[in-house]
Amino acid sequence: MRTGRISTFAVALLCALPAFAQANLTPAQLKARAKAQDVPEIPFDSVPNFLKMPPNLFLGEGIGVATNSKGHVFVYTRSQLTRLFEFDQKGNFVREIGEGLYGFAFAHAVRVDPQDNIWCVDEGSNMVIKFNPEGRVVMVLGRRPEPSDATGTAPPASPATQPGKYTFDRPTDVAWDASGNIFVSDGYGNSRVVKYDKNGKFIAQVGTKGAGQGQLNLPHTIAVDAKGNVYAGDRSNARIEVFDNDLVFKAIYDKTGAPWAVCITPGPHQYLYTSNSNPDSNSSEMNAVTGEIYKMELDGTILGKFGSAGKQVGKFSTVHEIDCRNPNELLVSEITAWRVQKIVLHPSGK
Amino acid sequence: MTMKIPMCKVSLAAVMAAGSVLAQVPEIAYDSTPNLLKLPDHIYLGEAAGVATTSKGNILVYTRTGGVATTGASRWFTHGGSRLFEFDSNGKYMREIGQGVYGFLFAQAVKVDPQDNIWVVDRGSNMVLKFDPAGRMAMTLSRKPESVNLGGGGGGGARAVPGDNFVRPTDVAWDAAGNIFVADGGNSRVVKLDKSGTYVKAWGSKGTEPGQFSTPHSLAVDAQGNVYVADPGNKRIQVFDNDGAFKNQLSNLGAPWAICISPGAHPFLFSSNSNATDSMDNGEIYKMQLDGTVLGKFGQAGKLLKEFGTVNEMDCRNPNTLIVGELTNWRVQKLSLH
Repeated sequence: MRTGRISTFAVALLCALPAFAQANLTPAQLKARAKAQDVPEIPFDSVPNFLKMPPNLFLGEGIGVATNSKGHVFVYTRSQLTRLFEFDQKGNFVREIGEGLYGFAFAHAVRVDPQDNIWCVDEGSNMVIKFNPEGRVVMVLGRRPEPSDATGTAPPASPATQPGKYTFDRPTDVAWDASGNIFVSDGYGNSRVVKYDKNGKFIAQVGTKGAGQGQLNLPHTIAVDAKGNVYAGDRSNARIEVFDNDLVFKAIYDKTGAPWAVCITPGPHQYLYTSNSNPDSNSSEMNAVTGEIYKMELDGTILGKFGSAGKQVGKFSTVHEIDCRNPNELLVSEITAWRVQKIVLHPSGK
Repeated sequence: MTMKIPMCKVSLAAVMAAGSVLAQVPEIAYDSTPNLLKLPDHIYLGEAAGVATTSKGNILVYTRTGGVATTGASRWFTHGGSRLFEFDSNGKYMREIGQGVYGFLFAQAVKVDPQDNIWVVDRGSNMVLKFDPAGRMAMTLSRKPESVNLGGGGGGGARAVPGDNFVRPTDVAWDAAGNIFVADGGNSRVVKLDKSGTYVKAWGSKGTEPGQFSTPHSLAVDAQGNVYVADPGNKRIQVFDNDGAFKNQLSNLGAPWAICISPGAHPFLFSSNSNATDSMDNGEIYKMQLDGTVLGKFGQAGKLLKEFGTVNEMDCRNPNTLIVGELTNWRVQKLSLH
């Protein structure tokens, strides 16, 4: 690969980092900074100009990214409309899916299941939409709220005191276990994780808003390991909460900052990636102490980290979703840089 | 006087006992055609609120596809939001009707009259629109509010004024003479207009008494001109004569969201106890004689083929081949009853 040229740059970047660590930090920076310090750096490259956009087609905020079994890349983006694009392994544009879809209002995540179905989580329509590999809708969860009444005689319903079994309030992500059960992180409005069977029937839920064990404050991202354990990125609590397959609390990992995006690799030895993304407020104060992605064992042991906040290629601008189908070739989508990067890791340091 | 109170309690118990008998309603075997509608590239259904068939068996679908609001000063102007598609009887895509029509905001129902005119009921624009068989606009009833005020309330145009205008209408049907009956949901009433669209009369108000409604959601007219109104908030179907005089009510059917009367010498009445949009309870469809005698039932809520996700409209032109439109499954199914 093209390791030689850019790893020199990466080494230069490494040398610059301790300067940040030594600086006097503001209270806000101390709060946002990950507790884990002196974590080994993983060298990496970013493939330049990975996605080739056709003329007159633009990405907006890079909200969701996922790959299928063929390596095709799906990008769920907030542009003038929320849109879903497919690219091939080399980043060439293939097609658009779901033009004008009723459930596309404000993109939040896209994931591809083991059968190559494409799932979109839309924070605006409050829906999770399953497309088959051909790009046709085969199942929907949640329901887009009906528009407020033009006559003014029926104001929109006030938020329910109890979250509904089949309605979401700004859901954020979706994942599956080996038997196809569906897990939805829900989300900005409700502070819970919901489990459905593979046919969309409600099974269980966990979480209320708070910072206690088993509580959640903005579950923003979710992943399930091969044994069926559920890892919920509890962003505003700056921790990952682990639940078993029945959503019983198991563990908290709180050393790696605010998990904006988590991802678990497939295969016999699974890794957990989590991004302590720099906030989307474009704050240089926060950018100085956030933006890095951690590589962990499933038990929470931190193996290394890479990256930092910035707009250049190889820097991260509020990473919002990570695809890690290949544990050493990540795809990351970024909110404030309107792009998707392909990141090649060199964990052995070569 | 005092003796009458225990009598009332006895009759209530009798009604509840009748409800438990209904649990033994025979199940009707049925199939659903997989992948019925073949959608062209770049066309997707949203909530399949309205379904109907033409005399040729073509399937019309009025679906919620999402609207656009434009801001102007303190007002929003809404446009788009629903689309009307026609498929042949095998589900092959034929055409779109009424692209960009001013009254297409929030689909509720589509029906086809005996002359194959296509009638659309839109709950967002408050309008009932009649297209001729060629798909050209033939008549409009009620008026779309001019705008929505950002602070709430309509910004001019027809509003909650009982009269010729509707508020969140839900359905339309006709008698043999061509008189038009509209279920005017937001006004809790039924409006009768003559075939030229001239207002004749209206009946009903919000409440639970005979002749009152809690969200009239669907209606059908039999060959004698009787009007059947699904009153799901009161868990009953009310039957009126052609002039709106209350005749009787059919209950123990759950909450009838969608009803349909088949044509022909022996008509049947179908009623869907649709699951609420945040529930997977209920969902079964009942088949009845017009007098309310239940013949059987089929189906339940769910997302699989043959299951139902909030059936919002049914077509029963052929009483053994129903077409159902579902809100929460974004789907139309063709059901063959055995």
